[in-house]
Amino acid sequence: MTQNGAYAIQLKNVDVFYGPKLAVSDVSLNIQTRRITAFIGPSGCGKSTVLRSINRMNDLIPGARVQGDVTFQGQNLYAPEVDPVEVRRRIGMVFQKPNPFPKSIYDNVAYGPRLLGVRSKAVLDEIVEKSLKGAYLWDEVRSDLKKSGLALSGGQQQRLCIARTIAVEPEVILMDEPCSALDPIATQAVEDLMKILVKQYTIVIVTHNMQQAQRVSDFTAFFSIRKQEETPGKENRWGVLGEFAETTELFSSPNSEETERYIRGEFG
Amino acid sequence: MSVSVSQSNLLPTGAEFQKGLARRNFRGSVWGRFYSLSLVVAILALIALFLNIINSAVGYTITVYEVEPTALVAGGDIGSLDANQLVGILQEYQERRLPVYVRDNLSVVDPSLFTQVAISEALAGHTYPAELANLTVTELSRDQQASILAANLPLEVLRTLVRTDVIGEKVIHPYSLNESLFERARIDAELLEAQEDEPNARLEFRSWLNFDFLINPGSSDPAAAGVRTALFGTLWVIFITVLFAFPVGVGAAIYLEEYAAANRLNKLIETNIRNLAGVPSIIYGLLGLAVLVRSLEFITQGRTIISAGLTLGLLILPVIIINSQEAIRAVPSSIREASFGVGATKWQTIWNQVLPAAMPGILTGTILAMSRAVGETAPLIVIGASTFIVTDPTSPFAKFTALPIQIYQWTARPQSEFRAIAAAAIIVLLVLLLLFNATAIILRQRYRKSLQG
Amino acid sequence: MQTQLEAGREISRVQSAVAARRAQATLFKRPRPGEDAIRVYLLLCGVLSIFTTLGIIFVLGEESLRFFTSGVTDAVEFLTSIKWQPQAGEFGILPLLESTLMTSFMAMLVAIPLGLGSAIYLAEYAPSGVRTAMKPILEVLAGIPTVVYGYFALTFMTPALRGIFGQDAVQIYNTAAAGIVMGIMILPTISSMAEDALSSVPRSLREASYGLGATRFETIVKVVLPAALSGILAAFIIGISRAVGETMIVALAAGAGSNWSFPPNFFVAAETMTGHIARISGGDLSYDSVDYNSLFAIGLMLFFITLGLNLLSQWVSKRFREVYQ
Repeated sequence: MTQNGAYAIQLKNVDVFYGPKLAVSDVSLNIQTRRITAFIGPSGCGKSTVLRSINRMNDLIPGARVQGDVTFQGQNLYAPEVDPVEVRRRIGMVFQKPNPFPKSIYDNVAYGPRLLGVRSKAVLDEIVEKSLKGAYLWDEVRSDLKKSGLALSGGQQQRLCIARTIAVEPEVILMDEPCSALDPIATQAVEDLMKILVKQYTIVIVTHNMQQAQRVSDFTAFFSIRKQEETPGKENRWGVLGEFAETTELFSSPNSEETERYIRGEFG
Repeated sequence: MSVSVSQSNLLPTGAEFQKGLARRNFRGSVWGRFYSLSLVVAILALIALFLNIINSAVGYTITVYEVEPTALVAGGDIGSLDANQLVGILQEYQERRLPVYVRDNLSVVDPSLFTQVAISEALAGHTYPAELANLTVTELSRDQQASILAANLPLEVLRTLVRTDVIGEKVIHPYSLNESLFERARIDAELLEAQEDEPNARLEFRSWLNFDFLINPGSSDPAAAGVRTALFGTLWVIFITVLFAFPVGVGAAIYLEEYAAANRLNKLIETNIRNLAGVPSIIYGLLGLAVLVRSLEFITQGRTIISAGLTLGLLILPVIIINSQEAIRAVPSSIREASFGVGATKWQTIWNQVLPAAMPGILTGTILAMSRAVGETAPLIVIGASTFIVTDPTSPFAKFTALPIQIYQWTARPQSEFRAIAAAAIIVLLVLLLLFNATAIILRQRYRKSLQG
Repeated sequence: MQTQLEAGREISRVQSAVAARRAQATLFKRPRPGEDAIRVYLLLCGVLSIFTTLGIIFVLGEESLRFFTSGVTDAVEFLTSIKWQPQAGEFGILPLLESTLMTSFMAMLVAIPLGLGSAIYLAEYAPSGVRTAMKPILEVLAGIPTVVYGYFALTFMTPALRGIFGQDAVQIYNTAAAGIVMGIMILPTISSMAEDALSSVPRSLREASYGLGATRFETIVKVVLPAALSGILAAFIIGISRAVGETMIVALAAGAGSNWSFPPNFFVAAETMTGHIARISGGDLSYDSVDYNSLFAIGLMLFFITLGLNLLSQWVSKRFREVYQ
């Protein structure tokens, strides 16, 4: 079994391109198992891009290209024999805006298991209940699982999406600004949930909100923007990893002035 | 480092998962093929459609002439002859029919009286030597009859007469391009067979679509028939259609976008327009037949260009309205506000700001609607445009035929010569549509550029 | 000096004139007859569409009424008899309706799978280069006049069917060739409407599905298609409506003379409702004859069917549309 401090995912010299344009350059960091790692940084610094390269969601964008090594349990995710479909099952994702399918709550959660070939009603029932309980949504929806997922409130929808993600039993959950579309109370509920989930899952969260990173994460990666004037008036911008450390350390004694200015809220 | 943090035994894992994944990927790729294949089928259908038309429009024919064109003029091209030469040929080969030509083409009196009255009466409005005014046609010499023909008949009518009555080209058997290319042996054998009956039968490679086809009027003889009359008919009808539908359609669009409050009447108009766009075209034909051709006969003169043009106008009205509405809606409201802000009235704002900005979109939509009208056949058949007409229409109140009608009638005939000229007429129609659409595309491009510049 | 003084006086005169006008000017409404006339004209343009609809209903209704009260036939016979033989005074619309349904069925058999398949390919699979190259081809297919499709059905599809199934099995005029070609004609309509519906499914739903480890095919079938279902169904219904109202293909390729065949035989000649209207009105037709009136009764039937389908399509696309935030 894994011990605390073991690495679930390692990024080594990762560059991401969109077409000819460099989006993120030379990112190297190690994500620890069963810990919450937060990605912070100003808009356009590429934190979401890096997150999406971890479960190969970038494959879906025409022209996107990832260079360097992204290793999951010792296996390079971009090796030719790796099937992105399997990668995404084991590294799940929760998105910025809650995106339940226009189906019932039950069918939303059962979607993944059904893909994997689970047909038995009893097994599906068990998975749905377990996942909804895992996402602390069960008590609120147990009476009407047939209701459309779209009929839930924003915070409930996001927890439904989390339940849907854990139903396929991933090992890592990537969260791309999961609370940015939620009100403070719903945000609180999702943050509480993360703290419980991290006992079983490795979590990587992209957030725009430094307080949130401080509240929930164990490690924080700060991304920043590099600029270069290619021709006068036309500027190239790309993201780099500015600093990566334990959250308490990064926020109390940042290494660089840029990080310090960002966490003090001077730009962003 | 094999991690299994939260595995239950509920989901397939390991080899079982891999097997399932392989099956899922396989199913996906099979269906992916099917999807792309359906697009391929659509493209193949389009190619087949075009090839099929070209296949019929070009190929060998076994042809017989009563008089070889080369015997009449060196090179065989009667298009190079002038009126006197053409009449000379008619006089040489069809001398006795000269009075008939005069009667059929020039007479303004009842045919039964034609030979009895003086030509001053029979040929009123035409030119003839003054000293002959009191004679009847039969009292004229052949030379005098010929010179009257030469002075009054248009060149293309004389050419048609020479072609049908002197040259007498008869296509015994047309072959498709496919047959011409790959079954030459059979064609040669059939030529020999034909030559047993008709010694001068010979093989010619013929494009049914040629210059003569464009300028010849309709004819019951496929070898001499052309689309001139139909082409003029189509252009006239479209002219009337646009003249009616453009101002009304754009007006309705302006009303709905700029004036209409969100009340019941206007909602009804909107829904109604959407539904009218889905009414089959043949029903518009019935509407045109009952109202324009019949009830309003005292204005429209019945089955005329104006009836057809208005019928097609009603048909494309919803298309023009919907397209114009979209174009007007795309004009940013800041332009309107700026105009109102300097004290312009509503109509001044629309006329000076909104319409010019929306015009490229409106014109593009109108041209696309026009090209739909050009190809419409069913309503024209129903309002009765399918009579046999060989004279060019000269006014909106003329009887007429149109390109798609001509195609329909020729296609409906069983003889393969008519299929061949139908194919040639289809090419003419498609080229006409291509011109319309190219105009629309150029307009759109210009508009984009002017927005960027 | 002199001219400056002159100019100064001029300026002060103009200023006082403006001031005088300002003093008179009010903000009251002014009559603008030109504006009102234009407004009335524009309203008339809009209202014309309603008159067109009323005209259609009135004309079809009036002539149909004459037809049913002529004594030759009545509404019951019209709707139930399986014989349409105007010479014999038999006016049962069922054989014409059957042929219409047969050609439409055949058309949908072609247009639904191919139209939906190509829509899925274009919306979900095709790289953007292929998409920009292919869309104009579908537009060309949609812009070809129906009489040209009729020619294609008669001179290509029928010989092809006769080559495959045998000269004896397939008549020169038949509903199969007309229906298949009609399907090709309708394909672009269904394809482009369905593609619009597929493209309007939010990207976030696709990402959610991929994020759970679904393949592209699974995402399309289980998430995208159900979410776009209302638009796709609406496209199918519009397709049926166009097939029912299509005239030239059946007029040229399906044959003349009504034919009630049970069970339906797609390889024999049969006249559809539209085909019959076109053939009879194309010939010598005297006003106020029973034949003339009967065309309008068929037209009324056709109008109700297509209007019903169009309304159904609008209802489906509204009723089942998912609302995304």
